[in-house]
Amino acid sequence: MDAPRNTVAACPLDPTELVRDILLRHAGQEGSLLPILHAVQDAIGYIPDAAVVQIAAGIQRSRAEVHGVVGFYSHFRRAAPAPVRLEVCRAESCQACGGQALYAHAEARVAAAGTAEVSLDPVYCLGLCAQSPAVMINGRPHARMSPEKLDALLAQFQEA
Amino acid sequence: MKTLYVPLDTAAIAMGADALAEAFRDEAARRGIALRIVRNGSRGMHWLEPLVEVQTPAGRVAYGPVSLADVPSVLEAACADGADHPLCHGPTDDIPFLRTQERLTFARVGVIDPLSIPDYEAHGGFAGLRRALAMAPADIVAEVSDSGLRGRGGAAFPTGIKWRTVLDTPAPRKFIVCNADEGDSGTFSDRMLMEGDPLSLIEGMAIAGLAVGASRGYLYVRSEYPQAEAVLAAALALARQGGWLGENIQDSGLSFDIELRRGAGAYICGEETALLDSLEGRRGMVRAKPPLPAVRGLFGCPTVINNVISLATVPIILARGAAHYRDFGMGKSRGTLPFQIAGNIRRGGLVEKAFGLTLRELLFDYGGGSASGRPLRAVQVGGPLGAYLPESQWDTPLDYEAFIGISAMLGHGGVVAFDDTVDMAAMAEYAMEFCAIESCGKCTPCRIGSVRGTEVIGKIRRDEAREEQAALLRELCDTMVAGSLCALGGMTPYPVLSALEHFPEDFGLARVPAAAQTA
Repeated sequence: MDAPRNTVAACPLDPTELVRDILLRHAGQEGSLLPILHAVQDAIGYIPDAAVVQIAAGIQRSRAEVHGVVGFYSHFRRAAPAPVRLEVCRAESCQACGGQALYAHAEARVAAAGTAEVSLDPVYCLGLCAQSPAVMINGRPHARMSPEKLDALLAQFQEA
Repeated sequence: MKTLYVPLDTAAIAMGADALAEAFRDEAARRGIALRIVRNGSRGMHWLEPLVEVQTPAGRVAYGPVSLADVPSVLEAACADGADHPLCHGPTDDIPFLRTQERLTFARVGVIDPLSIPDYEAHGGFAGLRRALAMAPADIVAEVSDSGLRGRGGAAFPTGIKWRTVLDTPAPRKFIVCNADEGDSGTFSDRMLMEGDPLSLIEGMAIAGLAVGASRGYLYVRSEYPQAEAVLAAALALARQGGWLGENIQDSGLSFDIELRRGAGAYICGEETALLDSLEGRRGMVRAKPPLPAVRGLFGCPTVINNVISLATVPIILARGAAHYRDFGMGKSRGTLPFQIAGNIRRGGLVEKAFGLTLRELLFDYGGGSASGRPLRAVQVGGPLGAYLPESQWDTPLDYEAFIGISAMLGHGGVVAFDDTVDMAAMAEYAMEFCAIESCGKCTPCRIGSVRGTEVIGKIRRDEAREEQAALLRELCDTMVAGSLCALGGMTPYPVLSALEHFPEDFGLARVPAAAQTA
């Protein structure tokens, strides 16, 4: 039941070859752009500029269109992610349980660590609303979070 | 052989259930105990997660919340046929939170192994599809219509009418799309269903396919739900192996298959037409209606697009008949709704009940009041586009029409509670801000209105011409309600205006006497 897509795998293939493979795998699939982008990001960790050009040519859409799709969805990244990726929920249920203070704490914590080490992104609902506030670290959910628990978790991830 | 249940639901995993399952396995091996661990869905008592259950001759006994340190003692108690323990809650089915529920859609969630077809069938699974395979399409649609089922995603449109439209629209290709982009804060019933009983959703989609003459379905799951996606992928593979999906289902000569798709972090894709654009490989932009998706939907073809809970409820309607389902509920709200109690609440989780109970019952009888111990002050029902309700409205029956009557909406059944530390002006500002962040940008009232709305509420909060700005905010909300293309722009005014109406003191405004208020 592991979700490998959120762990940036070491990629043995050259990115151009990898994107070509992905395009081949999705050939003939209707509306294939999102599945292709997910496959690229799962494999490389983000969507490189060169991949946008290659994908556009591969599915016969304009570069502007592919660029527009990548930019529309907050899930897609245009640059390599930090080794520790923290997402903190900012939606109503988490706000009802100290989510704003947790977010402020996370911001200070990330500023201290440096964004090359830890990235922080807001997320709007992880579906853990009866156990607010909730966060995700590298794609793994953690509920009933507090500033202290978050510090302890981040320390574990940064050591690993 | 002892059987232990350790949920695979995200609510349990987020509290350490994966490591816990490992620890039980190791501890059992160390003691030479033959132990079978079933990774079930969640029972929906989220304050007890991870909730571990043991099978005893007298039924299942619950322990929770179990931490790693509790593993040896819980295992010992569990092996003594559910002996007492400080974390023991007795027989699971007798826990008051569960005992009084009316679980139809969620009957199997938390009970069965979600990835076992034999377990699914032993608990009534595929009975609906078996029956549908022998029925004429129009009869399947009639059964769904007669049940009174309305769209559980929030809009509450009668499911049978939608299906009838697709059935009656001739086309070489038709599609079934499941909207599993559950983005509303305070809601998690779709997620729990997909993780705890994915086969019922697959069965419901297959029945929909038979009903309207579609041989292909798409299941669009949000990227924030990696576990739901993983469970669904495994369940789809099982269903294909078992001959419940694909060509010639159970030798009926009929075919239906499902493609699993992942969203990418856009709230607007929960809006049905934006979701269709996203499936087509484009930005999730809202489409003008008409044409309805039922006439021209995915790839221009007639499309049934339904929420997870709507589709997962179809199997039980087919299995037990429309009347059985219709007999639950009140007025035009037939059947049950899986309510989700969230936010600042002591016992949060999922309560499936027939329509007609009150918010107060949910908040206090089930929820046990606030988690903080402070008085509850405001409750948002129906997600980020739902109204904030003050205590004077908590006795309104949970029914689609009754909520419309108080300028609120039931939506997807999410209930978020706030205690008396909440600043309702800040929540109103956040509602506009959220709309600005998530707007697809197609229509002006939503794209521009939400940005202006955020600014105007900011001015009210800073007391810059407060009264005038409040009047301006009301006008702006009118424009958004009347002029937006979809519910995002059209309903963001609900939380904003309800906060202003019921909690004016948080905006620094005087309370309007009841007589002077317009309905």
